[in-house]
Amino acid sequence: MMNGNIVRQGQSWIFTVPPTLIAAAAIGGPKEGKGPLGADFDYLFADNRDGQESFEQMEQKMLQIVCEMAIAKAGCVVDDMDFFLCGDLLNQITSSGFTARALSRPYFGLFAACATAIEGVILGSLLIASGAANKIMCAAGSHTCTAERQFRYPNEYGCQKPPQSQYTTTAAGAAVIGSEEGTIKITAVTTGRVVDLGVTDSFNMGGAMAPAFADTITAHLLQRGVSADYYDLILSGDLGRVGRDIALDLLYRRGIVLNEHRYVDCGCLIYGDDKSVFAGGSGCGCVASVSFGHIYRRLMSGELNRVLIAATGALLSPTSSQQKQSIPGISHAVALERI
Amino acid sequence: MVKKPKVASWYDPIIKAHGTPRPLLRNCLVAFIFGGALCAVAEYFQLLISLIPGISDKDASSIVMVIVIALAALLTGLGVFDKIAQQVGAGLAVPITGFANSITSSTLEFKSEGYVLGSGCNGFKLAGAVIFFGIGSAVVVALIELILGIV
Amino acid sequence: MIGEWWIDILKAFLVGGCFCLIGQLLFDVAKLTPAHTMSILVTAGSILGGFGVYTKLADWAGAGATLPIISFGNMLVIGALEGARNNGFWGIWTGILGGVSAGIAASVFFAFVVALIFKPKT
Repeated sequence: MMNGNIVRQGQSWIFTVPPTLIAAAAIGGPKEGKGPLGADFDYLFADNRDGQESFEQMEQKMLQIVCEMAIAKAGCVVDDMDFFLCGDLLNQITSSGFTARALSRPYFGLFAACATAIEGVILGSLLIASGAANKIMCAAGSHTCTAERQFRYPNEYGCQKPPQSQYTTTAAGAAVIGSEEGTIKITAVTTGRVVDLGVTDSFNMGGAMAPAFADTITAHLLQRGVSADYYDLILSGDLGRVGRDIALDLLYRRGIVLNEHRYVDCGCLIYGDDKSVFAGGSGCGCVASVSFGHIYRRLMSGELNRVLIAATGALLSPTSSQQKQSIPGISHAVALERI
Repeated sequence: MVKKPKVASWYDPIIKAHGTPRPLLRNCLVAFIFGGALCAVAEYFQLLISLIPGISDKDASSIVMVIVIALAALLTGLGVFDKIAQQVGAGLAVPITGFANSITSSTLEFKSEGYVLGSGCNGFKLAGAVIFFGIGSAVVVALIELILGIV
Repeated sequence: MIGEWWIDILKAFLVGGCFCLIGQLLFDVAKLTPAHTMSILVTAGSILGGFGVYTKLADWAGAGATLPIISFGNMLVIGALEGARNNGFWGIWTGILGGVSAGIAASVFFAFVVALIFKPKT
């Protein structure tokens, strides 16, 4: 179907002429730099404010810098980008809008909570395969202090967090994808459905999002017709330690056994064993920076050949949470392969 | 009133099986010891201050309270309060330190939106509940006692 | 001096500690937010104040009873009742904030000073 570049299977799109991940860049804050992936960031800020008046301005600055870095790494200029697809966690995604103002390219603002970066890659690769664009920039970022004050409490408020809570990452990632030849190809994408099993505990995002992850992984493997072993690495986007365990359990019940060593979670990966982040990292910057930093580098070096990234997002707001609504989860997946 | 949704019956045991339990015993012990110690230190200074001629026991209590509030506000500004509170929980939240911290943290946080629309309008964002329910319940209690004639 | 005071200090420790323990149980067992917990405690304080129980406890335990937020509710009731005693019905409205004045005034003032000097960290 379509134009011969794509085959659609249910909620998955498999590329017969796959778009290329031309270049990617990741940027982070001080805490992320001290984590085990510190060396995989292209730039690290020494503090969470970096001289900006507000944390929101810092988040926007981070997004803009990472976009400029990815464009430079791709050997392009800003005007080569046919579309700019970007999202963040703030109300009305202002960090992305303000970055789009600076880049001045045709822009789509996205929101899929922590899955935003991968939503961008899916839409971008579909736009490229459709022939509507040659080069697209996808980005997402988050800041721990902006998320804290918007979703939880003032940063300096003394509230004891339970062990299954997660820590919003101060990081951003950007990728340039295009129709030209290159090392890393986007071979298939699976768009997630919203899954909500009635979890209301906003301190247990992992538990709220794990069913969406299981749903998307099941759909992807079935619709692409491959087994989980096909991938060298399956990556979930910030389910955290608790959510990762639940996801393994859920998939096992569906007859999909993920290899413990070949299934990792961005939220667990980014801070390692750091106890101060509780169950792990979260936020759009987490998946974005791990995918476009750590994973991108390992694919480029040939250490990995086939990776499936299934980012997860919790589609709640402080208002919906206070109105006692349950937390809908979504998971978007992309397959990145060296061909 | 919106009814709270329930977790799907098949998923509930799974999510419960994997949740990390809160360290209840440790949290309670730490809260008891820290909160108790805070009150004990306050009591010591209250007794000390009441030795000053012309200061009644009631004044001494108010003076100590103001000092404790000032210290809590200072620790909040220095970015230390939330770190200690993560460890001691209710040990800092239940004493007046928690009240002072909720006002200081909101005032400080919303400073970026200006002193009036930010700090001024949001300062009581969290502490407002205490004032609201405190005054509300106190008026009701006083009215009942007045009607029953036991004042 | 501490020799004569140790019993008062111990009482403050025990009572203050118990109130914090109750707060922690409301956090961890009842899974309440801090705002819910404090609202419950302050309301409990005004009810205990209405029965005159809390003042007796405060006489016995000193800072152990006056420092926890529960005493806030008690002081509001004391202010309201004192007003009622002196001025009847209208005294409730004019007297209610008398006891908590120091707490609120100090909290607002120091919060403002801190906001002038510091910036939020992480």
